[in-house]
Amino acid sequence: MSQRVPIRATAKMKELMGFYYMMAKSAENDPNQKIAWITSGGPVEILHAAGVIPIYPENVAAMAGTMKISDEICAIAEEQGFSRDLCSYARTDIGSALSGKGPIMGSASPKPDLLVCCNNICGTVTKWYEELQRIFNVPLIFIDAPFQYGIKDRPEAIDYMEAQLRRMMEQVSEVTGKPFDMDKFMETLELSDRAVKLWREIQDLLQHKPAPMNSFDTFIHLAPIVTLRGTQGCIEYYETLKAELLERIEQGIGTLEKEEYRLGWDNLPVWFKIKFLSERFSQHNAALVVSTYTRSFCYQAEDRDISNPLRAMSADYLAGYINHGLDFRERELTEMVRDFSLDGFVMHSNRSCRAYSFGQYELARTLEDKYGVPVLLIEADQNDTRMWSDEQVGNRIDAFMERVASKKQRNIA
Amino acid sequence: MSAYYVMGLDIGSATAKAVLLDESGYSLAFAVRPTRGRLVQSAEEVKQEILAHTGVSEEAVKAIITTGYGRDIVQNKTKSLTEITCHARGAYATMPNIRFVIDIGGQDSKAILLEPDGQVGRFEMNDKCAAGTGRFLEVMARTLGIHLDEMGDMAIHSEKYSKISSTCTVFAESEVISLLAQGEEIPAVVSGLCRAIAERVYGLASRVGITPPIMMTGGVAKNKGVVNWLSRILNQEMIIPPEPQIIGALGAGIMGLEMIKKSNEKMNIITQNT
Ligand SMILES: Nc1ncnc2c1ncn2[C@@H]1O[C@H](COP(=O)(O)OP(=O)(O)OP(=O)(O)O)[C@@H](O)[C@H]1O
Ligand code: SF4
Ligand SMILES: [Mg+2]
Repeated sequence: MSQRVPIRATAKMKELMGFYYMMAKSAENDPNQKIAWITSGGPVEILHAAGVIPIYPENVAAMAGTMKISDEICAIAEEQGFSRDLCSYARTDIGSALSGKGPIMGSASPKPDLLVCCNNICGTVTKWYEELQRIFNVPLIFIDAPFQYGIKDRPEAIDYMEAQLRRMMEQVSEVTGKPFDMDKFMETLELSDRAVKLWREIQDLLQHKPAPMNSFDTFIHLAPIVTLRGTQGCIEYYETLKAELLERIEQGIGTLEKEEYRLGWDNLPVWFKIKFLSERFSQHNAALVVSTYTRSFCYQAEDRDISNPLRAMSADYLAGYINHGLDFRERELTEMVRDFSLDGFVMHSNRSCRAYSFGQYELARTLEDKYGVPVLLIEADQNDTRMWSDEQVGNRIDAFMERVASKKQRNIA
Repeated sequence: MSAYYVMGLDIGSATAKAVLLDESGYSLAFAVRPTRGRLVQSAEEVKQEILAHTGVSEEAVKAIITTGYGRDIVQNKTKSLTEITCHARGAYATMPNIRFVIDIGGQDSKAILLEPDGQVGRFEMNDKCAAGTGRFLEVMARTLGIHLDEMGDMAIHSEKYSKISSTCTVFAESEVISLLAQGEEIPAVVSGLCRAIAERVYGLASRVGITPPIMMTGGVAKNKGVVNWLSRILNQEMIIPPEPQIIGALGAGIMGLEMIKKSNEKMNIITQNT
């Protein structure tokens, strides 16, 4: 794949993220600049509005994973008695907090003044953040997002979220020692809304054939929407990326010499094997063009009330893929198959993340039997390399691609 | 005399297998040899063995399709394909109404669903450890001081079976030793081991969705104890082809033949058009 045209915006993103982490790191010694650690699905707009710098342990753990230092950091947590069955993000983060080792300029994240935990992604974070509270002895704000079993989110759950978000504003202002600025908050919500929409539009551009970038790229370009949504910088970045993708579409630039097959990806990436996976699928002329994971950061509730931004926000924080039952997931997956013209789906059965992996076998069966979509299950872990073997996963991919290819040929014939 | 021949080579973790087909798809000969970690060498050995046996010259072999764990290491191949594709194709060629293939080899076991037209459907591989595979049985045979070939008969003639709770090769070995120390009879232990494998494979097969008729392929299909337990647990008849171990190599050969036929057709169209 020698003539692959690199995405120029990547450099800009590295700059943006580098600046953000540098700023966060230098704030560590500034008593006036508060820092909060927050879960990936947490209501970060409240922090931005209050001038608190958010740090995402999951994002930091993923960086450790791509830098291939997560094993050694996990081992530190394991030595302290944390089970290997615990999510590898939690182990990476706790190991990092305990030892000071981490991927940010060679060290751990800047210490928090506040912890914000929202369980709309999993139950693991609840215990994980309690552990962080014991380590750092700082306030912990807990937002309890009820799991939504049906396709339609329950109004009383939205009420409950709204009440908790209001309380969070008070709790944050206790930490900053300043009254909560509602106007600033509304502005932040608007910036966040624009960024989320841009991120969705960008991913939808991959519906184009050939896709102007692939899911391995979106995994990387995800960082700003996770960490910086609600800021102007985030919007500017995605506008640049979007413009570049439109240009690539115009010029017919894809990511493979020949894009013969299009696949979806479910669950978190295997951070330490991005290159391996990307090359293996390329060998079969297969591009991954959509993932439930990157789309998780642009869910907006279906009938959100835009005239009431706080209400809309409360609904949005319930609306994620992973906070939903199987009917919802089935609908999302089949829409992706349709909209992105997929030839198959790859599901990462992630040992770390039960919340995401539960029901995958059932969903795979449904996709296969009800919709005739071939599904490949790969057993691995987002950050724990001990769960991986190149040989075995490569073999499964080869067999799956032979199947997908022969199915497609048969359909053409 | 056939105008040309095609060879299927299945280089597995335990054994190398070769099958030679003539242009009509008739299987002329096969060979099986242990790999013992020498993938390239054992591939060459089985290849030379069937050529010598049939008297077919290397030049007359128009395509060599490789499969198995060592498929990409073999030199001078036409193409390599995975075992999933080849076992499915081999099973379908042996019996076209087959809908499900269970392949248990030395290192991994696989369950493959076939569409009615023989195409590969869903599949699963057990590849995280050696439990539930032929290697497990080899280790246990050594521990028990018996021969691999004896295991099957021993198991099916034993009325009792030991409960082997561990599915891990390492732990099961010490479990077996302690069972023997408690005075458990060897045939009962052997039957228990075969059952443990069958239970493991049952889990795998259920995830794919058990759909009869079921064919068993791979070397472990020669072990009557495992076959017997599988048909009891799955409550289905296991169809065992005459040479289950070479089904992957056979499938590879057939795929090669189809490739040649397809490219000949294309050639014909081109020559007719010009
Ligand atoms: N005569 C026999 N009786 C009983 N079992 C046998 C016999 N011959 C071979 N086996 C079993 O078959 C296994 C090897 O099977 P096979 O040759 O299909 O493996 P492979 O294809 O090399 O392995 P894999 O597909 O896992 O890489 C041995 O481990 C052994 O348990
Ligand atoms: S369990 Fe899953 S959702 Fe929860 S922190 Fe780990 S990876 Fe994230
Ligand atoms: Mg084999």
